[in-house]
Amino acid sequence: MLAHETSPLKQTPLHVLHLARGAKMVPFAGYDMPVQYTAGVLKEHLHTRNAAGLFDVSHMGQLVLRAESRKVADAALALEKLVPQDIVGIAPGRQRYAQFTNDDGGLLDDLMVANFGDHLFLVVNAACKEEDEAHLRAHLSDTCEIVSLADRALIALQGPKAESALAKLCADVSSMKFMDAGPRRVADIDCFVSRSGYTGEDGFEISVPADKAEALVTALLENPDVLPIGLGARDSLRLEAGLCLYGHDIDTTTTPVEGALEWSVQKVRRSGGARAGGFPGADEILAQFAQGASRRRVGLRPEGRAPVREGASLFADASSTEQIGKVTSGGFGPSLNAPVAMGYLPTALSAVGTTVFAEVRGQRLPLKVAATPFVPNTYKR
Amino acid sequence: MTTLYTSDHEWLRIEGDVATIGITDYAQSQLGDVVFVELPKVGRSLKKAEAAAVVESVKAASDVYAPITGEVVEVNEALAAEPALVNSDAGGKAWFFKLKIADKGELGGLMDEAAYAAHTA
Repeated sequence: MLAHETSPLKQTPLHVLHLARGAKMVPFAGYDMPVQYTAGVLKEHLHTRNAAGLFDVSHMGQLVLRAESRKVADAALALEKLVPQDIVGIAPGRQRYAQFTNDDGGLLDDLMVANFGDHLFLVVNAACKEEDEAHLRAHLSDTCEIVSLADRALIALQGPKAESALAKLCADVSSMKFMDAGPRRVADIDCFVSRSGYTGEDGFEISVPADKAEALVTALLENPDVLPIGLGARDSLRLEAGLCLYGHDIDTTTTPVEGALEWSVQKVRRSGGARAGGFPGADEILAQFAQGASRRRVGLRPEGRAPVREGASLFADASSTEQIGKVTSGGFGPSLNAPVAMGYLPTALSAVGTTVFAEVRGQRLPLKVAATPFVPNTYKR
Repeated sequence: MTTLYTSDHEWLRIEGDVATIGITDYAQSQLGDVVFVELPKVGRSLKKAEAAAVVESVKAASDVYAPITGEVVEVNEALAAEPALVNSDAGGKAWFFKLKIADKGELGGLMDEAAYAAHTA
């Protein structure tokens, strides 16, 4: 491809630090991002599970949703027009997982929504952030102001030593519980801190002004427990934790029910609830809550050592020619020291313990449907 | 004993009419931590450039191609049991398979150590 046909990759505020740390950079969602540092994916993964990993996720979108009435409940009610979650019920200082749905009940993106007292703070996927912002403006700008916080970086600090590492720079993070979120002073910088992440480990995500990001990260990396971790290990960590990657495990063609995300749709938005429906695709999604869906996202454990990767076709037995499903994420789980995968199967074949077969390089490899998370999470509830 | 290299980052150690084949240290450094190796069956006839083995890191799967035509006479079972050998000793203990060379003329198209060093520089 000719150079002038490609738009230049964007850089996060931590780009210089990545290069100085010997990161291998790859294009991801329009950004030049570290896929791994000198330690490599395997060691970075294990270090996050054993100590603390620091991730640059500044490519993700950060948005403020504020009602013109200045009441957070009005912003929450407005956002409920676009997501099937109970947003009104998010208490001040708390955060919740949500999805933007389309008219077919498919998912436009998944996101985190935090109640910051007088407004909502949203974190959305990098690849969807422009569309998400346009979607919010198109539907909510009559009652809300939508502000893209493009001048902020986002870092994640994950693992069993994350709390002690962050507590050195901000005393009151230790009292936070899983999914607590709000403004905090960290290393004398005004940040937004949430106790959450994308690894299955206890940890934090920290939104920091772009011009202070390098100072904050440098301070965190002075702690020998903390190592920088690339997107490669971020993917293997979230896969072991059974967490969906948007655009792979869930997308515009998968509903929350098919995606096994029923837990994320609170009763108040389901049939019979006080604010049932009222989001795009509600008829389809609520019908699936009542009647079930024909397919379902499941965890898969290959029985052999060979990783079964995204795109592999799934079959009911070793010789059948009829494809019944597809692997949507797959690779090697360093903490399990075994391959792990996720994919979609007919609901009738989605029970834990069911054996199915994946086609890999012309061979049929057996996999068992397995409960997720594959590695138990360690959230501080 | 001669060691030759391919532009796909494989090495061949030629002893008589048998070539021992592995991937180079440069290749393993690009792949990262190897977690799985699939080897060809002994007795399989491989054509030059045919996919012969698979090496997988946490991130991705890569093919190892037959650098020359020949019959597989031995495979390194130790590698299947301990894929990390590829990272720790790519040029030695982590050989993949041995081929009975069908046509020594094919060796002429391969690189010597100096040419390979220039290729990866």
